[in-house]
Amino acid sequence: MLLTLFVTFFKIGLFTIGGGYAMIPLIEREVVDRHGWINREDFLDLLAIAQSAPGVFAVNISIFIGYRLRGVRGSVFCALGTVLPSVIIILAIAMFLGQFRENRVVANVLKGIRPAVIALILTPTIRLASKAGLNRWNWWVPPVSALLIWWLGVSPVWIIFATIVGAVMYYILKVRRV
Amino acid sequence: MIWIRLFWTFFKIGLFGFGGGYGMLSLIQNEVVEKQTWISSSEFTDIVAVSQMTPGPIGINSATYVGYKAVENAGMSRADAVLGSLLASFSLMLPSFILMLLISAFFMRYKDHKAVQTVLAWLRPVVVGMLAAAVLLLINPENLGASLTPQFFISIGLLVGAFLATYVWKVGPIKVIIAAGILGGVIYSFV
Repeated sequence: MLLTLFVTFFKIGLFTIGGGYAMIPLIEREVVDRHGWINREDFLDLLAIAQSAPGVFAVNISIFIGYRLRGVRGSVFCALGTVLPSVIIILAIAMFLGQFRENRVVANVLKGIRPAVIALILTPTIRLASKAGLNRWNWWVPPVSALLIWWLGVSPVWIIFATIVGAVMYYILKVRRV
Repeated sequence: MIWIRLFWTFFKIGLFGFGGGYGMLSLIQNEVVEKQTWISSSEFTDIVAVSQMTPGPIGINSATYVGYKAVENAGMSRADAVLGSLLASFSLMLPSFILMLLISAFFMRYKDHKAVQTVLAWLRPVVVGMLAAAVLLLINPENLGASLTPQFFISIGLLVGAFLATYVWKVGPIKVIIAAGILGGVIYSFV
């Protein structure tokens, strides 16, 4: 099991090009669809948790899943699997391949990959939207938070913190009274 | 001692780097280029570019690269430089490791509590918006090419194709990335 966790996250780390968010479709595929380690609703909660903690988003996700499945040891294996591919590749680049960026074939391949990565993030966004419990009271939350982040450059961290504060106040004032 | 400074610098970056890789980059630049002067500003730009082109989280990529260069530029051996890169990556992960373990333990224990349930129900729509923002932020000339150039149209084609593949035909993301890479390599060697 520990080895499966390590190999799964090694694979995820190896194919994540363009930062943490690009990792979401890969993790969703491996962890939710293939292995069934967590369901799609829990995956959505996990994204919120990983985003509200400091540090590397993708590593945070892997730590959570590892801990949930196999405790502290599981989280160590998952985190190692996630970072090992990039550590090895960057080390090789730092040591030997000074001209990596100027290589024409590499540049062409990456020009093809970048637009595909956008589509790869769009797909789980739509899938997760149907699991987010949207109703006539909160349907405006996804577009407004997207605009705040994209247009006004608000950090997602602040939006998450504000939402947590709002939800806790709502709980204290309304839910607990009932 | 360069080792202690490497550890402390990247521990700090890991602790205060909220908001994912891109949020972390400005912090790394401030600590590594401005304060410690381990690498030059142009070297830093190179790291950002290399990070975007190679797999893995950007934070880990830059920590590995800076750790190597900082020790190498200090005039130490290559083996020491490799140690430096490992130390920097480890230090970067350490704070979030500790925090995430605490959060995970808390979450799993109180998952069914009414208050936690309320918070999660409120957060789910926000996360969807967060992901949508990530998509919007990536739609830029750097990723798609300048408007109305041949690269732009090829990029749109690849984007739509990749979306159909994953959303409609349920192709796995790794296959889509490999296919897009091969297509890019072939198409752009002619265009």
